Amino acid sequence: MTNAEAKVDQGGTRGDGRLSTAGIVGAAILVFWVLVALVGPYLAPYGQADIVSNDNFASASSSFLLGGDYIGRDILSRVINGAGTTLGMGVAATVLAQALGVSVGFFAAIRGGLVDTVLSRLNDALLSFPHIMMGLVVIAALGSSVPVLVVTSGVVYASAVFRIARALAMDLKVMDFVEVARARGEGTWWILRHEILPNVVLPLLTDFAIRLSFVILFMSGLSFLGLGVQPPLADWGSMVRENMEGLRSGSLAPIIPAAAIASVTVSLNLLVDELSLRTGRAYAEARE
Amino acid sequence: MTNALLQIENLAIHSVAARVPVVRGVSLSVGPGEILAIIGESGSGKTTLCLAALGYVRPGLRIAEGRVRLAGADLLALPLGELRALRGRSVAYVAQSAAASFNPALTVGDQVIEAAIVHRMMTAADARARARELYRELGLPDPERIGARYPHQLSGGQLQRLMASMAMCCGPQFLVLDEPTTALDVTTQIGVLKAFKDAIRNRGAAALYVSHDLAVVAQIADRVLVLRNGIVQEEGPVTDMVATPRTAYTRSLMEACNRWTPGAVRAAAAPSGAPPPPVLELSGVTAGYGQGVGGNPAVVAVKSVDLSLRRLSVLAVIGESGSGKSTLARVIAGLLEPAAGKLRLGGDVLAGSVRGRSREQLRRIQIVFQSPDMSLNPAHSVGQIIGRPLDFFHGLGRRLRAERVSELLEMVQLLPEFAQRHPHELSGGQKQRVNLARALAAEPELILCDEVTSSLDTVVAASIIELLRRLRAESGLTFLFITHDVSMVAAFADEVAVMYRGEIVERGTTDAVLNRPQHAYTKVLISSVPQLRIGWLEEAIAHRDDTLKAARDLELGG
Repeated sequence: MTNAEAKVDQGGTRGDGRLSTAGIVGAAILVFWVLVALVGPYLAPYGQADIVSNDNFASASSSFLLGGDYIGRDILSRVINGAGTTLGMGVAATVLAQALGVSVGFFAAIRGGLVDTVLSRLNDALLSFPHIMMGLVVIAALGSSVPVLVVTSGVVYASAVFRIARALAMDLKVMDFVEVARARGEGTWWILRHEILPNVVLPLLTDFAIRLSFVILFMSGLSFLGLGVQPPLADWGSMVRENMEGLRSGSLAPIIPAAAIASVTVSLNLLVDELSLRTGRAYAEARE
Repeated sequence: MTNALLQIENLAIHSVAARVPVVRGVSLSVGPGEILAIIGESGSGKTTLCLAALGYVRPGLRIAEGRVRLAGADLLALPLGELRALRGRSVAYVAQSAAASFNPALTVGDQVIEAAIVHRMMTAADARARARELYRELGLPDPERIGARYPHQLSGGQLQRLMASMAMCCGPQFLVLDEPTTALDVTTQIGVLKAFKDAIRNRGAAALYVSHDLAVVAQIADRVLVLRNGIVQEEGPVTDMVATPRTAYTRSLMEACNRWTPGAVRAAAAPSGAPPPPVLELSGVTAGYGQGVGGNPAVVAVKSVDLSLRRLSVLAVIGESGSGKSTLARVIAGLLEPAAGKLRLGGDVLAGSVRGRSREQLRRIQIVFQSPDMSLNPAHSVGQIIGRPLDFFHGLGRRLRAERVSELLEMVQLLPEFAQRHPHELSGGQKQRVNLARALAAEPELILCDEVTSSLDTVVAASIIELLRRLRAESGLTFLFITHDVSMVAAFADEVAVMYRGEIVERGTTDAVLNRPQHAYTKVLISSVPQLRIGWLEEAIAHRDDTLKAARDLELGG
């Protein structure tokens, strides 16, 4: 008994469920952007496509709090509307990447043998292409639209998820509790769902967050190259590209969407740090 | 003692978070050329105490009071730099699992001499020459070339000796050996023990030897210190301790490792009437791993094994690691399809793999694994773990399931409250009880126990055996009991099958096999089980050389 107590004590020093300062900052920034994405469009002073000024790169004033863009649209309204586009498409693509990567990765790990070898080598081939190049090729062929962008990003990033999910499942598949379930006659699906999945939720959540930040950067990169979200729909990546000219005249127009992208990425990374700390601690406790 | 090399005075170590003492008021001293054994069950603070003797405490612990002096230096007051210079040079540590302590990417020779080179004590050439001397001294094969090998090319016993040569390479004055033979087979342990004992004696070093096995300690130590819950129970010369233990706790440790002495097994009463029908029959079962030529496995782990298991009996399968005994259990459980041979359960043909077996057949055979940490899913509560077979085999609803879980917990002597707990909140012995309860939940006829006591302390292991005996008497179960521990066999089994390199080389009643072994390997195995008797090691080594020679002759002949 004293033994078990000692273990709980060691793990309990910071396993109390509270976030670290960095974690709080990350969560706060993320919550802020999610709120902006959800309710912002109703509060934005202008529509995202409305041309409301005659000046290019109008400077900030009481009517344009963050100034105007290259054809006289309100930057604030476009950043607010862009939040929904950028985050929404990012989350959709990441969910797709995880769904694909985890299901195929688990399948490869559990089946093993030839199935695993073929899937893993195919995945290696996919991984060997630079992501942005694959994105460019697909979009050049199919044309750019929101569904094409989401599916392309999802598929491109699924290969990295596949590797992680496969490795996690391989680790667990050799555990005796999985053997016990097999000997009992449980089906593959039940074993995945009940014996493996609960032990990989935390690492997969961590992966989701870091993957989301990659996906957002990837999509912004495509938009910056002009192959992403098409005007007049606002998203942060294309806003940076549209307003590049403004840098010369000292306008904030390209800086603000760039800062928004950066802040989301940083906040996700802060959360990932926090999550991976917890994952490590949970692992250490489980392996005691 | 004024000439003590290591002196610990009134040492107390606390856990930082809970302020619970892990070690309390421990004083001890070890002189040059002396081996002090520290024994106690897991959680008694043995390892914490030993690490403190090296001036180290694990994160989460702190030294509350006391002093640790090594050769006059106060280790606890020493700056980190000097402490680091001391470690590896004048003090050294040999851990329990050598296999996990070597870097798989480097040759063992480079790792053995690493400390000597890091501390700039020798040139690489001198260090290598010295390492070769140590290899010879520790009885390693091919001392000239063994250093060029990688860890995976060596056996557990060899790695353990290499780790000792790593520790002794710099000629330390003081060594800590933390359960260095616990993970080894008895046949390997005996040689390693002898090598350690001689190497320490020959260079007049002082040593702390941590163990939970009093029989092992009796062979190697001069003095023994018994630790329980961080408090010294008693301390004294090993001869006195073995002859007249003073505390009840020491006596219980002695009883736990004194389960078996040669000739002490009672001959089982001959079964009256017709022999009961076999529960399980195996004929010509061959199994292994990988794809070889002609439908045979690339690595054959089990070679044409015939076996039959009478209802209500306990058959022990013994053998060293790698002898194929666990593979045999996996085949019976349907986890590994045999390459050849037939299985029958209660007279009916039993398919080779789980998929070919009926749910009823699956229910009748349950398996319990060796490692309590790996066999319980850390994400589930004990109630969920035991509840699943109730749902799966018996279709019990939520309420009935909860009731039955309580009953099962009671059967394995755990409180019903344990249903809410998670595996990481349980001790090793408690986890193993939960494992048993899960197997019992299916209401099986046959339970396969794969080394169920080998990762537990002697005292806890004895209590698990006691539980198995009771369950057997109460529930009418048949057991296949796989182990490498001869004393467990003596305590529990009716019949014994000895496995060696994938084959069953001897089979008979426990009495016959343990007291009148026929096969040369069985003789070596049985004569290698440490006896709680001073001087046993030397006798055993002398006998063993003869027996090994006989074994070799037999192998050449066969």
